[in-house]
Parts: sequence; C-alpha cells; structure tokens
Amino acid sequence: MDMKSLRLKATLVGLTYLFRMKAKSSATFRAHLEKRDCVVQIRLKDNSIARYYVFEGGKVVSRSGLHPNPQATMMFKDVDTAVTLLTPPVNYAETVHAGKNFRVILMGDDEVIAWFMKLANKIETDGWRYGEPMSDGSIRYTQMTNGGPLHVYVKDDKIIRTNIVEFTDDDQCGWTMTARGRSFSPRKKGLVAPHALSMKANVYSDKRLLYPMKRVDFDPNGERNPQNRGKSGYVRISWDEALDIVSNEIVRQKQVHGPGAIALAHPSHHQWGNVGYYLSAMMRFGNAVGVTRVVLNPDSWEGWYWGAMHHYGNSMRLGATGGYGTLEDALQNCELMVYWSSDPESQFGAYAGTETSERRLWAKELGIKTVHINPHYCPTASFVGGKWLPIRPGTDTAMALAIMNVWIKEGLYDRWFIENRTTGFEEWKEYVLGVTDGVDKTPEWQAVETGISAREVRALAREWGRKKTYLGCGVNGGGFGGACRNASGIQWARAMVMLMAMQGWGKPGVNFGNLTTGAPVDLEFYFPGYGEGGISGELMATGSATNNYVRMPHLPSVNPVQQSIPRQRLPEAILDGFAEGYFLDPMAAENQMRPFFYPSPGYSKVHMLYKYGASYMSTINGSSRFERMYQSPELECVVSQAIWMEGETQFADVILPACTQFERFDIGEWSNSGGFGLHWTGQLNHRVIALQHKCIEPLGESKSDYQIFWDICKRLGLGTYYSEGSSEEDWVQRVYKSTDLPKHISWKKFLRKGYFVVPPETDGRKAGVDMRWFYEGRPKDLPEPYPLPAGYSGRFLHGLQTQSGKFEFVPNSLKRLQGNEDRPPVLQYTRAFEGPHATDLYAKYPLQLLIAHQRFSFHTAQDGKSSAVNDVLDHRVLKDGHYYHIVRVARGDAVARGIAHHDLVRVFNDRGSVICAADVTERMAPGIAHSYESSALYEPIDGPGTPDLGGSMNLLSPDRMQARGTVASAGSLCLVQIEKWERPEGLVAPQEQREFAS
Amino acid sequence: MKKWNLVVDVERCNNCNNCFLVVKDEHGGNDFPGYAAPQPAKGARWFRVERQERGVAPMIDASHYPVACNHCDDAPCMNAETAGVITKRADGIVLIDPVRAKGRKDIVGMCPYGHIHWNDELQLPQNWIFEAHLLDQGWKEPRVSQVCPTGAIEAVKVEDAAMAERAAREGLRTLRPELGAKPRIYYRNFDRVDKIFIGGSLAEIRDGVEECAEGVQVELWLNGERLATTTTDTFGDYKFDGLEPDSGEYEVRLAAERFAEGLPAKLRPAKSEYLGLGRLG
Ligand code: SF4
Ligand code: SF4
Repeated sequence: MDMKSLRLKATLVGLTYLFRMKAKSSATFRAHLEKRDCVVQIRLKDNSIARYYVFEGGKVVSRSGLHPNPQATMMFKDVDTAVTLLTPPVNYAETVHAGKNFRVILMGDDEVIAWFMKLANKIETDGWRYGEPMSDGSIRYTQMTNGGPLHVYVKDDKIIRTNIVEFTDDDQCGWTMTARGRSFSPRKKGLVAPHALSMKANVYSDKRLLYPMKRVDFDPNGERNPQNRGKSGYVRISWDEALDIVSNEIVRQKQVHGPGAIALAHPSHHQWGNVGYYLSAMMRFGNAVGVTRVVLNPDSWEGWYWGAMHHYGNSMRLGATGGYGTLEDALQNCELMVYWSSDPESQFGAYAGTETSERRLWAKELGIKTVHINPHYCPTASFVGGKWLPIRPGTDTAMALAIMNVWIKEGLYDRWFIENRTTGFEEWKEYVLGVTDGVDKTPEWQAVETGISAREVRALAREWGRKKTYLGCGVNGGGFGGACRNASGIQWARAMVMLMAMQGWGKPGVNFGNLTTGAPVDLEFYFPGYGEGGISGELMATGSATNNYVRMPHLPSVNPVQQSIPRQRLPEAILDGFAEGYFLDPMAAENQMRPFFYPSPGYSKVHMLYKYGASYMSTINGSSRFERMYQSPELECVVSQAIWMEGETQFADVILPACTQFERFDIGEWSNSGGFGLHWTGQLNHRVIALQHKCIEPLGESKSDYQIFWDICKRLGLGTYYSEGSSEEDWVQRVYKSTDLPKHISWKKFLRKGYFVVPPETDGRKAGVDMRWFYEGRPKDLPEPYPLPAGYSGRFLHGLQTQSGKFEFVPNSLKRLQGNEDRPPVLQYTRAFEGPHATDLYAKYPLQLLIAHQRFSFHTAQDGKSSAVNDVLDHRVLKDGHYYHIVRVARGDAVARGIAHHDLVRVFNDRGSVICAADVTERMAPGIAHSYESSALYEPIDGPGTPDLGGSMNLLSPDRMQARGTVASAGSLCLVQIEKWERPEGLVAPQEQREFAS
Repeated sequence: MKKWNLVVDVERCNNCNNCFLVVKDEHGGNDFPGYAAPQPAKGARWFRVERQERGVAPMIDASHYPVACNHCDDAPCMNAETAGVITKRADGIVLIDPVRAKGRKDIVGMCPYGHIHWNDELQLPQNWIFEAHLLDQGWKEPRVSQVCPTGAIEAVKVEDAAMAERAAREGLRTLRPELGAKPRIYYRNFDRVDKIFIGGSLAEIRDGVEECAEGVQVELWLNGERLATTTTDTFGDYKFDGLEPDSGEYEVRLAAERFAEGLPAKLRPAKSEYLGLGRLG
C-alpha cells in the first residue's frame, strides 16, 4: 500500500480518537455528539478504503469496511482527494473544487449530514472564544447594524445594553484635515444613527414572532381561504409542521404549475451582515429552489438612474456620483453650499450614522455660506442654518432652469468647460432662453411655478455663479434620496447635473456633495460589501463575480427561472396577470430601456409568494394595492419569513419566525454596500469591520434566516448543496479569510475583540477628487472600476461614459430611446401630474404631502415595535395608549383647519386615509405637509379602505410611474387633505387589536 | 472635590436623540439597585430633547437641546420631606433612593423643572441619575455625552470654582436661574432658545427689475437709542438677534435716511418677528 493510502487509513482511524478526546474536553461538543445516534460511512468510490462510524448515546466507535445501511456517506473519488480534504485546516478551494467536480459526494439523510459536518467542524470551532469579559460580570460582544457598530453587553443570556464603540490605543485611527488655516479631526469612536441605539428594545419587542404560525383558516390540504388574509388571525404550529407545509408547497407548486410559480420577494434591509442577508443566504435559497424574482426598481436613485446618467454616465452607480475626495475639497475650497432637497442629518447618507454631522459644523466655522432649497426646513437646515428657499414641491426644475437662464444672460458660467468638456449646449441654451418654445425661463417665469421670488432666484444665481459652489442633492449629496423620488424626479436630477456642468464640474471647490462623502479612509483595503453577494454564489445578480467569488471559494448558484416581476408592479402581476417592467441593469445606460414582461414566455404565473421580511405596506407607493393582492385567490400560498409582526406580515398563511442579528453569527462592515454603492465607506470617519457576535440565544423558537433556509433545503434534499456543510460561524470564518483582515488581525483576536478599524489613508495615497480628472483632461484616476472598459467611447480611461465621452446636455442615449415623450433629449420642465396644477384634484386635496425617508428607523426596522424610538418626540406621539405617526403641518394650514399641536388628524385622498398626530410647525411652507414613509404598522380600523391607525403614508402616494418606459416610482409626493379626527367611541387600542395565539 | 456637570451647546445639537435613546437603553428593563429601578416601557423621558422654533417661514430657525434632572446644588426636591430619600453625592449627583421613595408620588411635584417622573408600575418617582452606576464602575463619562456625535453634550468633572469660572468665561447659563436651585447642567448659546430676533427682507428696483437689496444698512432703535446696526445680505435679508422678549418698543429703520415700504416699523415683540419684504423707496 502506498504512503497516501496508509495516511488516509490512519486519518480515518484517528478521527474516532479525535471525536472521543474532544468529547472529553468540551461539554458543548459532547452535547452535540449526544444529539444523534447514527452511522456515517467514509469511503473511496471503489471501496478500496472504507471506514464507518457508529454514534450511539454520545459514544463513537469505528470499524474498517462497509456498513450495510449508513445514514450518511462521504465518498471520495480517490485517495488524493480524500487526503487533501481530510487534512486540517479545511482547504475550501480544494473542497469546493472537489465538490463541483464530483470528486467528493455526500449522500444520505440531509439532517445526518448536517449533524456530522457540524461535529467535524466543531473540532476546530469549539475552541473559539469570543467577546470581552467586563468587570461587572457581563460579556461585551460586537454587532454591526444599518446605523453603525455596537458593543452589546450581555449577562445571563440577556442584553443589558447596546452602546457605541469607542476606539482604543489598540486601534489605528484618527486623521487630520487642514483647511483655511484650521485643522479638523474626527472623534475616535463610531458615531451611530439613533436607530442603532434602539436595537435592544427591538430585540425584546412585543412584536417579535417567537413561534411558527399558521393562519387559522388556512388548510394546505383543503380550504385555503385566501380572501381572509389580513383578517383571520393565527395559531401556533411546530417547526416540523411549518417546514413540512412550506417544503411540500414548494414541490406542489413546481409539479402542479411548473417553473416560475414561486415568487421570492424581499424588503428593504432590516438586518446587517454578509451571511444572513437577502443578497446572500436568501439569494442562495432562491436559486436552489428556482423562483420568479421580484426585482427592484432603483427606489432611492430614481431620477438619477432614469435621467441624470444619460448626461454623464455613472450607470454603475445608478447615475449617482462617486464623491471621492470631496470632503477635503469642500472644506478647503468651496465658498457656498447649496443643499437642494438634501437632508443628511435625517438620512445619514444611508448607513453612515451621525459620522458626518460634525463636518457641517466645521464648514460653518469656516464661514462657508449655506442655502437650503427644500419645502421643509429640514433637520439639516435647523442644524446648520442659512438661507431657506421653501420651494413648492415638484417644481425644482423650473428654478434650476431660471438659474441657468441668469447664468447664460449674465455670462456667469464656465465657458471653457462648456466648450471643451460638453456637447449640445447650444441646443440646450435655446430651450433655456425660449428660442425653441417661446418661453424664456426667467426667474419671473419660475416664480409662478416655485413660489420663490424672482429676485431671490436671481440673487442665488449670481451668488452661485460667482462663488465656488458645492451642490448637495439628496441623502449623500450626489444622487440618492430627496426629490428624485417624486413625479418630477427625473427632470430634477437631469437639471442638477446640468447646473454642475455649467459651473465646471470637478474644478476645485465645485462639485456635488454635502460633506457626507469623501473622507480619507483606505478604500482599497478589501472587505466585500453586502452587494457583493455574500454566500449566495450568484454571479449575475450580485457583485460576487468581481472579487467575492474569486476570493472565497464556494459553490456557485444559478436561478434557472428567467421570469421576473418589477416590484412596483407586483400587485398588478398577481391581480391582472400581467406586468411590464424595465431592468435595473447598471452595465450601460441603454439597458434600462429594455422592457420585460410578466409572465415570461413559457413560464407559469405566480401562485406562491415567499416573502422575506415585511415592509411593502409602507415603503412602496400606492400600497393599498398590496392588500388587494394578498387577498387574491391567484396566490395559493403566502409564506412570510419575518422577525416581527409588521404591517405586511399579517397577510401570510404561514409565518416562519426569524431571529434578529443579535441572535446569530455574522460578519459585516459599516456602510459597506459594495455594488452600486461602491466605497460608501468613504462616508465614514473610520472603516469599521465587525465580527457580528451571536450575543444571545434566539428568542422563543425563532431561528436565523440561514438556518430556516437550510432546514427547508434539507427537506428538499438540497441541504448539503445549500450549506456546503458550513454553519454560520464557519461561513463567517470563510468570509474573514477572503478579505484583507488576516493580514492585520488574527482570527483569534478578531473573534474576541469583535471589530477592526482599518487604518486611515495616508496623505500621499488618498483618492483623487471626483471628476477632477475629467475637468483637467487626465485619464481617470479614481479607484472605481466604473464604467466597464467597453463603456468608454474613446480610449480606455479617457472621458465620461457617454457616446461623446463628454458631458452631453442633449444625451445621445435619450435620442435613441424609442418613445421618449416623457424623457425628451432636450430636458423640458413639465408640471407634475399630481400637484397644484392638477386643478380638479387640487381643489379637493389642496395640500402637498412630502413622504421622505425615515429618520429614526431604518425603513420599517425599528419603528412601531414598542421600541424606544416610538418615544422620540419627532417620531411618534403617544395618545390614548397608541403611538401615532406624525404629520408636520404648517401653522397657517393647521389654524385654518382648527388643528392644534398633537391633535389627531385624518390625512386622506382618494387612495385612502391615515390617522396621524399633527406636528404644527413653522418649518413647513404653507400648503405643504411632511411625514416619513416606512411605518412598520398597518392597522386599518375596520378592514381594507378604512383609516389606518398605523401611519402607512404610502397608502396615499401614487402608483403611477414618473415616466412611460420606466419603473421610476413617484411616491415621495402626493396631494392630500387633512382634517381633525376624533377617535370613535369604543375603538380598541390597535396595539392589541390583532390577537395572535402564542 | 471634583463634581460632575454637563455643558450643553445648543448650536451643536442636531436632534439626533442618541442621548435620549441611550438613557432608554440603559434603564429599559434594567434594575440598578441603589441607583435606579427600571424605567417604564412607554413614555418616561428622563433625558429628552426639546425643540424651539423662532420666526415664521421663510425666516426661521429651529434649535434643539437636551434637558434632564439638573442635579441642583440647592435642589428644591431636597427638603425636610425627602430627607434620606433624595440624596446628593459628593460628586454632585442627586439620587432618588429606589427603595425609600416607594409610593412617594408627592415627590414628583417637588421638581420645578418637571424632571421627576412617576413610574406607575413600580410606584416610584425617578430621575436621570447621570449614569452614576456606570461612573462608579469606572466609566469615563455618562453615556449621554459619550454617544453625542457633535460634542453638543460635554460631561465635565471639575471643582465648583473651576466650573463657575468657566461658566463666566464662556457665557454659560443654567435654566431658570431665578429658582436659585443652582443646576449643574449649563447651556451655551441658549440665546437661540430664549432670546428673540427681528428680521426682514429688502428689495429694490434696478433697471425696472426687482432685485434683492444687498448691503443696505438697517438700524434697530429702543427708547430713542440706537441699539444695533446691520447690513442686508445677498438676499436682502437682515436680522437683529439676541433680544429679550417683551423688552420694550423697538423701531427698525434704515440708515442714512433711506426708506422702505413698511419701514420704519415700530413693534413690541414677545416672540421673534419677521417683518416681511420692504421695497426701498
Ligand atoms: S432638577 Fe429637579 S429633580 Fe433634579 S435636582 Fe433639581 S429639583 Fe431635584
Ligand atoms: S446626542 Fe447630542 S446632538 Fe444628539 S440630540 Fe442629544 S445633545 Fe443633541
């Protein structure tokens, strides 16, 4: 016998002793060992070497040879493979390769295989120690959330507190930025968003789903009563029953209806981490099963995606800007900052928490002037002050045109830039001056539209034209959130980039930004963002292929079902059986013009909806449509895998209770989304990567999302394919190994300490300033692999991602768009379909309601769960035992309606009614009201169509798209009326309204 | 003996509520015997953020600032009836004994600032305890200042004399000094809250077009005396800030014997006033 064979034989014998030794030394290992009696066979394909292991009552014996009836078999093609794979530490590259090429095969009962793999992995993982013991007897763990990193103090399996992470001497952090003779440095701690600090209350919320449940009148084998969804209440069932129902239904759908019958839909991001994420564990599950995907529209980018990108490219960022180096450039060079529909103090640049707030004070100290163009004197305006121009919502483009009109007439623009870096300006100019349409777009002309005086707009235009100006648009200053989400969003975003082009975009002190982006962090340190697909193995629909798939060996996964439904049209797809969508495809600006249809040729229509998380009722415009959809008999089964009972969960037939991220392992980096948001870590003062500890055991019978998907897969025989035999801890280590972390912090230390601060960038190595290369006519020198090489019309790295390589005032791509009435190549100001000019509607509903991104909850994640955010005075108002969502009403409008501060009011239009508490304020211009979207509650008083006590403002917003040929949502603005509302006698407190069995 | 104080800068507060939320996080469901019993699940704003708006659209400002138990040195809540129940520690922190205070609803009304909160479930009056339990464990500062992203809350542990000196030097104020309670929470830029402004905008016709009147000198007079002069900005806006409410009849007029529609204007402001647009004559 050769050496390798001998070695293999020895290893197989040794394994028995390894199990026994480990069982002696570790109680947890012993406990796992005791869980199962079974026989596992390990052998070569030709049976030349074989050994089986008999596990019984926590004891293990092994024998050479073949067992007649093993529950699980691990079969290797040959000795080489077996020796390589069985020699620790696990070599995942070899293991995955062998698996993909049938050189190792696991056969038998999926549960037994999962148990055995865990046992084998435990030999190593059992020794892992994590968390830091504290003097008061608690253990301090680490977590990463949508709002930033947290330390989590735990005692007796209970979370005592969640706190920010203060950096220590062990962390290389801190930097200094000099500007105009002053130096600025960030605080040496992670400054989180408020919603991060309410997570403890969220974990222990009374809205937690703690047991699997079934709708009382849903019988999978008989009457399913779809018409009662949302009404009939639930009974508790066992996990076995729940998993049986779901896995049987998956098989039934595929066998009765055929491919495409199951739709998988996910909500906005309710948790954080690279493993248990929708683009990771969920995507892997969907691909394993084969699903109709419910695909996103670029919700928060709309105007930039469907509009702005045609002028200058950046399709890979969905039309938004990169923001590189803009923090330092703004502090050093800019003289005026225009916040145009930009409120970073509310939306925190998406994930950056309050890291950027103090920078706005620095700018103030430097004397940088500020203007806010916003119908709402928003928290950012309150914080930094400056000139407020309370523009009428939806008319922003008119003001932008008038500013350009003044610039053209008074020569206040960058002629050199226009001549050398742009095309189409002459044609554009003719429109602005009214040569083409007879309407000179003067400040006087815009005043009628915007409500802002001609003299102020002229003054602004002159100030802007003379001063080096930063234009902040949306959440992070360069194209995300804000006015791009209303019916005029496409126009607005197009106008914004044209303003910038007229002022020499990229010149020192002239750029997009609101101080949120462009901090000097080390952008090239590799750690994947969530957009890079985590463990999904999905190479097309995530950013996995570029780095993640190459760096972390794992099995690829493919969804064979080529049928999709645009999320904006999911209700129509189910109710009408037809939907038209346009792809969110960032590879090129042209790809968004390609329609797709549901149903896709040859595929079944959808008859089962698997919903992961629940937020549609309040995050998607025109959301009463979803209520009708859920009650349709077309949907034979609705599964909701969710953490909390939220507005939408109550429409499911089967509820699978998932635990929060505090109850499972994960790994993730703060504000690292990757993909469309590549380098959003540049918003932070410091990059922080966390080992997301499992802080406590899952509450009740809840399980991690990964575990739930795995358990379903086991019932379909897909368990080993899905998991690769890895638990979440194993996956976390696999992710860790794929990154640059091991070069800086050992696994052991990372496990214990829980986080790593990436050392800041040194002076000579910082990224350049966004667009500076273009302004100066150099090859592109930014660390973004965008656009794709073929996206350059001329030489690689030269020019923008447009046909001409220049900024195009009249985009060639829009000229080629078929049916471009709503997106004409020469931008035209058109009045919004639902605004003051919609005469009949406006007479009935004379208030414009802004529905902005939430401030105190990340989408629906923290809201409405009896968590502490409910008590934030600007979030909800407690009245008669119920927390009402807030609508902000201008004082004059309130007085005219007899509404006092914190009175209950009915906000309504033809689409529905929402009951809110009124915040009577001077911070709204007359005729305008404001509320946040993403209420986690949907509580119609008495069934569909009756007033909602929960605060789902999107019941009121239009489902119409911004433009034909797009799925650009227009949900952030609508017309309403507001009236005082009295709670009817005897109306039960809605918190307790919907009993569900426990 | 060094004692704890908070210094709050109204200008630096962005109303993020991190301070409010960590107090909820710290005391929600947690019992700290000898310091504080758990906070009720709903309401209970031991440490909360107040809002003040001044002016009317479009000339307004809005400020936020946290308030909580001031840990007064001459605390009205500490009296004969609360002896042994409410105590002041050597480091300045005022604690309400969570055992001895049981059932003492009467204590709630003893705080003129309204910072004693009734816990109905536990029948306890409660205040914000400056996170004394954590300071005693060696924490460097209370959580409220630790999580404040902008430095709007600073926790300082100094001798009383040093604090008094700093307050004088930096113009720090305490709330309702007339009560004589000697609070230990100090405020910077509190003028944003309790002082008022008078503002307006000026326009002029140039070449037949209405323009913002920039660089016009505007004066504020009180009782026949010129109190201040300011110059309109790019947008023709002017503003006199830091005035006491109800402090007399003010007159806003233009310098150099210029006139504008509506100016000079006389007013007795009780709150901030925006005089609107005046067109230069
Ligand atoms: S603020 Fe009120 S409760 Fe606190 S010490 Fe002063 S009087 Fe007592
Ligand atoms: S944490 Fe600081 S900035 Fe935030 S609300 Fe409190 S005082 Fe204001």
